[in-house]
Amino acid sequence: MKVAVLVFPGSNCDQDMLGAWQLMPEVDCQYVFHSESSLEGFDVVAVPGGFSYGDYLRCGAIARFSPVMKALQEFAESGKPVIGVCNGFQILLEAGLLEGALLRNEGLSFICRPEKLRVANNHSMFTSAYSENQVLEIPIAHGEGNYYCDAETYARLKSNGQILFEYENNPNGSFMNIAGICNSKGNVLGMMPHPERVVESLLGGTDGLPLFHTILNFCQHKTA
Amino acid sequence: MKENILDPQGKAVTNALHQLGFNEVQTVRVGKYFQLFTDNVEDIESRIKSMCQKLLVNEVIEDVDFTIENAA
Repeated sequence: MKVAVLVFPGSNCDQDMLGAWQLMPEVDCQYVFHSESSLEGFDVVAVPGGFSYGDYLRCGAIARFSPVMKALQEFAESGKPVIGVCNGFQILLEAGLLEGALLRNEGLSFICRPEKLRVANNHSMFTSAYSENQVLEIPIAHGEGNYYCDAETYARLKSNGQILFEYENNPNGSFMNIAGICNSKGNVLGMMPHPERVVESLLGGTDGLPLFHTILNFCQHKTA
Repeated sequence: MKENILDPQGKAVTNALHQLGFNEVQTVRVGKYFQLFTDNVEDIESRIKSMCQKLLVNEVIEDVDFTIENAA
């Protein structure tokens, strides 16, 4: 299975993301630079965290126009899994692959600490290895992770089961404690917490690992 | 920022103004200000609207207003 980790100028969680995928021997994980125009041959695309283009204008707003993003649009439309973490989530929102927006944290400070998340929906290609309502501990590290959407969008996300992760103790003011959502098709995930940082007990936990395994399983079953 | 969206920056600035004794201020909204310069004014209004929609403004959370001035 081939996984692409997109790299923009200012990405800084790309190595962690690559490292997480490489824990699984079945996975061939490669960096794909923002200037590339094709994602052909890849089964999964991961958009890592960081400060793409210095967060100029709005987080993710400039990265969205990188050549690779056109390929990512097509990739997402084809139904293959896309996961965006932190700045990756911001980029996916700006690109219109996910609904809503991320505002400055309510308390204005950058927050970097482990946070408890509840699996709000475990019937997705990203969360099926977790049990419903399972509480995970996954670190967050962001200044603009305060998720916002209007009431109408929220009702739609909720009824479609697109809200995958919710904060137990809302750290940033996110609307309805939302920490991670997927698109209506269910193949594009965006989340502020960093699952790639909790994949080895030596590094503080393994709660993120099942997410990567679930995506791998999904891809293997699809090709089998 | 749209009216109904909480503006944490604006809130912090409001508090700071109150601490300085400017208690007459009820609300502060912090926004962005762009100055665009061009020699080509053909179709300028619709071009600006399109720039806002495609890049300058995130319509989920932000409202936009613009004025066109002759700098000469």
